[in-house]
Amino acid sequence: MFQYAARRILISIPILLVVLTLVFVVVRVLPGDPAVAALGDQASKEAVDALRAKMGLNDPLWLQYLKFLGSLCQGDLGTSIISGFPVATQIASVVPYTLELTFFAVFLGYLFGIPLGISAAVHRNRLVDYFNRVFSLIGLSVPAFYLGILLILVFSVKLRLFPVVGGGEFWDLEDNLTHVALPALALGMMMTAYVTRMTRSSILDILREDYVRTAHSKGLSDRKILYKHVLRNALIPIVALGGLYVVVLIGSSVMVEIVFSRPGLGKLLVGAIKQRDYTTLQSVMVFYAFLVVACNLITELAYGLVDPRIKYN
Amino acid sequence: MWLAFFRNRTAIAGGVIAALIFLTAIFAPWIAPYDPLDQDPIFRLEPGNEEHWLGTDDFGRDVMSRLIWGSRISLVIGFASVLIGMIAGTALGMIAGYYRGRVETMIMRGIDVVMSFPDLILAVAITAALGATLVNLILTIGVVMIPGFARMAHSALLTMREREFVLAAQGLGARDRRILFKHIFPNIFGELLVAATLWVGVAIRLEANLAFIGLGVQPPTPTWGNMIREGVDVLINAPGISVYSGLCILITILAFNMLGDGVRDMIDPRLRGI
Repeated sequence: MFQYAARRILISIPILLVVLTLVFVVVRVLPGDPAVAALGDQASKEAVDALRAKMGLNDPLWLQYLKFLGSLCQGDLGTSIISGFPVATQIASVVPYTLELTFFAVFLGYLFGIPLGISAAVHRNRLVDYFNRVFSLIGLSVPAFYLGILLILVFSVKLRLFPVVGGGEFWDLEDNLTHVALPALALGMMMTAYVTRMTRSSILDILREDYVRTAHSKGLSDRKILYKHVLRNALIPIVALGGLYVVVLIGSSVMVEIVFSRPGLGKLLVGAIKQRDYTTLQSVMVFYAFLVVACNLITELAYGLVDPRIKYN
Repeated sequence: MWLAFFRNRTAIAGGVIAALIFLTAIFAPWIAPYDPLDQDPIFRLEPGNEEHWLGTDDFGRDVMSRLIWGSRISLVIGFASVLIGMIAGTALGMIAGYYRGRVETMIMRGIDVVMSFPDLILAVAITAALGATLVNLILTIGVVMIPGFARMAHSALLTMREREFVLAAQGLGARDRRILFKHIFPNIFGELLVAATLWVGVAIRLEANLAFIGLGVQPPTPTWGNMIREGVDVLINAPGISVYSGLCILITILAFNMLGDGVRDMIDPRLRGI
């Protein structure tokens, strides 16, 4: 398995290299002069020129590109041209918030989605199933940021149960959890809806298998068949597709972070775009790409845990 | 039996709602009670009343008229971008799947690269680079839609190219272009169309996301995403603005999802309820 993981990481390298190139190009195309953005419109021409030289913007593009790759390889993500802080520090300070949010959203998704999906499949075509399907249809349609606004309106403004915005003190458990509750719910709704659908359909698929009929005919109880035979096999696609959906959640977390003014990669990204802080922007984008590649890798390795038939070679 | 009924009903309901939204968008100038850009500083943030059914916004503009006009942007972007994504993506996927070899490797690895960014991150970056105009938004979201279609067309083609009717056509000496367009494309078109219907919803949501960040069609143009963002600033005093605009987005996406799911069930009964 480690060999397989190592090989997969090696395969990811060329993809990441192209990703880096793409990020580099996109960021250079951004309108506006970063030096002017950093110093403000009133800055003298000399000051702008000096900063441009310092930032290496006067170098030919290929040299800038090589420097960009070189410093990334050393783990140096550059210094924000707006705040003056190292970008790596900025990312490190907000990543826990984003990962926490995504983790809880995924957790809620599986926590509610699997039982809902099971009940829908077991009671197929009954009222439970009908409600489940309406629920998951709405859950997959509602934009996470809109759900966030509704949650703020109901739970923070009207009922005053949760703080409206912010991320709270990360290491203060209670403060942290009350701040993450609504955002995680807003983001977790999509995941719940998705997992519900997937669980339902994969269980229905398995129920048609021959070995389920065999289990029935040898007199096993429905319960035993469901938990011992059906669920175990149904878990494979649930884990596989769920892992891929995490990437969608990472994307949507941007919106949720903005609605709740929660610190995180998304806020960092949008802030960087608005301020034309291109060192931060390119590093955050690179970081997102790393996250996605890592997620896909973890998902693939997780197959092996739920399905021993899969051999990594 | 009543299940089939329910399914068809879902598709029909989705289709009817989508059609209504279409008509609203087309006839917006005649339906909207007020000019969506008309400001009236005296009647700011009015709650719903007889003159302004859904109230007015921070500039005293009629919320309902703005919602009606906003449907245009959402639908235009939804359809145009999915069309771009579908044409470009299908072409790339079919070429990759049919010719194999290096062409395939290059195209599909390129798709992998684009897919290593979450949709929204990619869209945010491209829109920021190009500038937020209607045409750029359509292009951006269109590009984001390409990988999905390309992968679908590619995998469909891989199964198709070994089928007897394709081999037969090749045996009869048909040219590649004829095989691709006359024999293979009609067989994967249904699948693509279903995906396209579902992705119109995705595209509309993406546009709303961008607008909410401030990267949509720029104000004062009324778009649903813009309206949610403007509404958030006055959320406590006039929650209606955000809530109604979001509801419009939700209903539109819901309609396309219902339509897409329903049509898929009709085309492929095996996939029912997935």
